[in-house]
Amino acid sequence: MIEFRSIEKVFPDGTRAVDDFSLVIPSRKTTVFVGSSGCGKTTLLRMINRMVDATGGELEIDGENVSSIEAVKLRRRIGYVMQNSGLLPHRTVVDNIATVPRLTGVSKKDAHARALELMDTVGLDRAMADRYPAQLSGGQQQRVGVARGLAVDPNILLMDEPFGAVDPIVRAELQQELLRLQRELGKTVVFVTHDIDEAFLLGDQVVILEKGARIAQKGAPEEILANPANDFVASFIGADRGKRALSIREVDGQRVVVDAEGTVAGRLSEPGAA
Amino acid sequence: MNLFTDAIAWLADPTNWADGGPIPQWIADHLWFTAIAMLLASAIAIPLGWYIGHTGRGRDAAVAVTGAARALPSFGLLFLFVMLGGVANRDLSAIVVLALLAIPPILAGAYAGFEAIDRRVIDAARSMGMTEKQIVARVEIPLGLPLLWGGLRNAVLQVVATVVLVGFVRNAGLGFPIVQGIQIRSYDQMLGAAILIIVLALLLDAIFALLERYATPAGVRAGRTRDHRTSSTRRRSAGGATPASTKKEMSV
Repeated sequence: MIEFRSIEKVFPDGTRAVDDFSLVIPSRKTTVFVGSSGCGKTTLLRMINRMVDATGGELEIDGENVSSIEAVKLRRRIGYVMQNSGLLPHRTVVDNIATVPRLTGVSKKDAHARALELMDTVGLDRAMADRYPAQLSGGQQQRVGVARGLAVDPNILLMDEPFGAVDPIVRAELQQELLRLQRELGKTVVFVTHDIDEAFLLGDQVVILEKGARIAQKGAPEEILANPANDFVASFIGADRGKRALSIREVDGQRVVVDAEGTVAGRLSEPGAA
Repeated sequence: MNLFTDAIAWLADPTNWADGGPIPQWIADHLWFTAIAMLLASAIAIPLGWYIGHTGRGRDAAVAVTGAARALPSFGLLFLFVMLGGVANRDLSAIVVLALLAIPPILAGAYAGFEAIDRRVIDAARSMGMTEKQIVARVEIPLGLPLLWGGLRNAVLQVVATVVLVGFVRNAGLGFPIVQGIQIRSYDQMLGAAILIIVLALLLDAIFALLERYATPAGVRAGRTRDHRTSSTRRRSAGGATPASTKKEMSV
């Protein structure tokens, strides 16, 4: 469990990025921070592994205050996946995945064996082990990034817009892979995105943020969709337009669902009948 | 007789090359001065450049100093140092001057090499739990090597050309047969020595070009950091193509 208590972040230039932020992130669930650029979601994420230190409040992981843990040690036990993968360009795929275990003293042989297993886990062909990042596609690089994040078998996996830079088809594929991985591994995932569809797809708990990291609404996707807390949330999740504004039309005694443009989206069935 | 054939004849004269003959000694001295000056300059400029590149501290000062130092008149500086240091210490003075000339390009290569690294790569290394030392040793130094080798290559060319001036203060290096040649009007000797200097400079440049290419980590050659954002699998085969032009990228 990760707990933010009245967290505050004021940058040296006086910018208040985070103001009195409190949140509980449950273990073994996916929590998604979603909001527009500059709302402070990445700052919140980076506080968990102390890439950013809060200027006020307390942040605890399983009851332990992160400021009492040495930053380097803390980071080595938390997986981190970033946009553009952040792979080391001068190291092969297998060496990239094995980076953190090697830092913590695991032998090269064991670290490589584990790295190869992780390649299977994230759906990468083992034949790519000796390639360099520049020789991989964006989607493959991102898979390597996820494998590297999982290398020390961390309880917590932080993901900072990991699928932001790949094309929509690959993104959809990677999202499904993440859902599968999460079913298998059950990590505490904290995921940052500006894409509300991605947030609803991946999140057990979705936290919609406004400027200054103020929580506009938090809850399960269906709760948010059913009861948007205010106009900001309603407009952010697009409740009143496109494929979210569905309506029912009766055709030959069957009820079909159509979207805002009148395009048929599906057929309505009784709960449990599907 | 043609001046060139005279120079070739001087170069081909076996008595000039015989055991203890003047040419091998001049070449050996020339290389010795070059090597010592390069070692001294590297010992100062590489750690300093890495420090500047990693921390960003003192960068403006470094840019200003390296810019100004490139305008230093080497000939004047050499005589100034020999005068100040005394004739007995003229070897040391010469090496100090040569090192001063070599420092700016090496320093620039060292810090520019670090600065050219994609910030996100360093950010990722830090978020994974690398200490600052590990970031320097395992990420910044290997990725900064191509530009550092470029700087060393510039420096060695400058030094090997400037060692000629040592011939004005001492019987050493390939500058001496030129200085002596002026006095005794021995044009074949002057031209022959000039040819040797050119050959030496080209050889050293070739050696450093090879070092620049092959002492660079394979992945950096396979896909340079600057290409990282736009790289695609189509552009490079698994063999790891080497960049066609390193010279151009060097002059950052």
